[in-house]
Amino acid sequence: MTYADYATLVQPDRVHSRLYKDPAIFEDEMDRIFSKTWVWVAHDSQLPNPGDFVTTHVGRQPVIVNRDKKGVVRVMLNRCRHRAATVCEAVSGNAAGFVCPYHAWTYAQDGSLRGMPLPKGYKDFDKSNHGLVQLRVESYGGLIFATFNESAPPLEDFLGRARPWIDLFMKQAGGFPVKAAGEHRFTFPGNWKIQLENTTDAYHFPVVHKSFLTSLDNATEELFSFMQGDGYVEDLGNGHSVLVMIPELVDLEGDLDAPVPERFEALAEELRADYPEEQVRRIVRAVGGSGFNLNLFPNLACSMAFFRVLRPITVDKTEIRHIAITMDGGPPAANRARLRLHEHFQGPMGFGTPDDADAWERVQRGAQAGDDVWIMVNRGEDKTASNAGDVTAETGMRAAYQMWKRMMVA
Amino acid sequence: MSGVDQAKAAEAFIALEADLLDHAEYQQWLDLWDDGGLYIIPIGEGDDFEDRLNYAYDDAAMRRMRVARLTSGQSMSANEAARTVRVTGRYRLLDSSADDVVNIRCAQTLTEYRRETLRTYAANVTFVLKPCDDGFRIQKKVVRLINSDGALAGLTYLL
Repeated sequence: MTYADYATLVQPDRVHSRLYKDPAIFEDEMDRIFSKTWVWVAHDSQLPNPGDFVTTHVGRQPVIVNRDKKGVVRVMLNRCRHRAATVCEAVSGNAAGFVCPYHAWTYAQDGSLRGMPLPKGYKDFDKSNHGLVQLRVESYGGLIFATFNESAPPLEDFLGRARPWIDLFMKQAGGFPVKAAGEHRFTFPGNWKIQLENTTDAYHFPVVHKSFLTSLDNATEELFSFMQGDGYVEDLGNGHSVLVMIPELVDLEGDLDAPVPERFEALAEELRADYPEEQVRRIVRAVGGSGFNLNLFPNLACSMAFFRVLRPITVDKTEIRHIAITMDGGPPAANRARLRLHEHFQGPMGFGTPDDADAWERVQRGAQAGDDVWIMVNRGEDKTASNAGDVTAETGMRAAYQMWKRMMVA
Repeated sequence: MSGVDQAKAAEAFIALEADLLDHAEYQQWLDLWDDGGLYIIPIGEGDDFEDRLNYAYDDAAMRRMRVARLTSGQSMSANEAARTVRVTGRYRLLDSSADDVVNIRCAQTLTEYRRETLRTYAANVTFVLKPCDDGFRIQKKVVRLINSDGALAGLTYLL
């Protein structure tokens, strides 16, 4: 498609439904967005030691994220420089290096090519030019991002006004380091941007998640009944946004004198045997997670108590990971509470996720109807210096689509 | 009851449980459980379920909430629940940690149909069953999907 077409497909208040269903647009998104901007690949806690690695994707491209023996985090294409076989099929682990299973070309932890069998068969071959292909890597607050784009702005500039929200989000380990602690992974038959929208969509919550709300005790149900509250959505620039659902839980280290909620009183009592009261309150307040969703364009959300990662697979298939977070070295009782809360809402058997996934699938199916019918994202007023905003505003979607347009026409 | 009779009785009980779930007779399913029973759908290997992320780690209260959700009419995915047929077989008695329970493992193949899509889920299922006057009560059911560490889709029923 021409650049002018992309400019017309995204209006300030609506986007064309071709964005969900045109394979040619999807191809351009892979080139112009996922190969051009910072894409989240891992959290520091997944690679605590030299040699630790995880395998993942940047866009559609398989990569290895590993910590080399000097402690440097590398993101490298997972393909042998000889005839392209993947050099690692494990999801995670610790490796002294990577050996291609096809002809045994061998790479060091830093990706450099160490050798291959029968090297005499190569004339004038410079091994130093045939290491695993490396991406640019930067991190902030333990979040590791990679990009193919050498001229992308520094990560900290790209994150910009999202950075203070990342700092706030990382307080949910209650004073301990944040630890990625397992994940629920599922696919849904729909376009990736449907999920991108959803993490900044408070409007759907009481409708889609009625069965979840019913399962809560009264006080917790009240906490999640934020439609009439003081929440808001704020455009943070570069496609990032924050949806504040529960303003009193924005800063988990604030308001520590408040009474412990009844639902956490038993946990608090258990912790008091091992921790002073102030630390008990800090841990307990952090157990339930933050009161906001931070949406980072294009593939990560720091969502209340977990990381949401999306991976576009095809124009109408997307993989989602919900990575649980625990307190590294924290009290087992508090971490169990966090894991049980994650299981309650998230995952293919959660009380929330299956309904979300069903709604997204219905969007994809419905979007097949109508050749010139638009997706409306015009709801609510943006938060500004002079405007309180509205928790159900579609500000975050507007922000993401304006960034999408900026990248697609660049 | 002899060991052979007890194994046969356990197999019949597991078949009953499977039939109740396929026909969404969830209240009767709840009655099969011991009050302290745990219903666990883990991710990957290992037995330290309590300290790891699972798909489900349900005590009695959570099981009741789960059934309430599936039957409430409030969940859009459950309102259009998949049809399922599951078959259990390949039974094997395992050593029990206690004398008064039956520890039995079986294979389960479940086929679901929803919105034009047929899917299969295969699992190793382990039951710890406590004999009682009218059969057994479930003390523990662990469903280990062979693709538990893969990408699943939303489940609109119970495994």
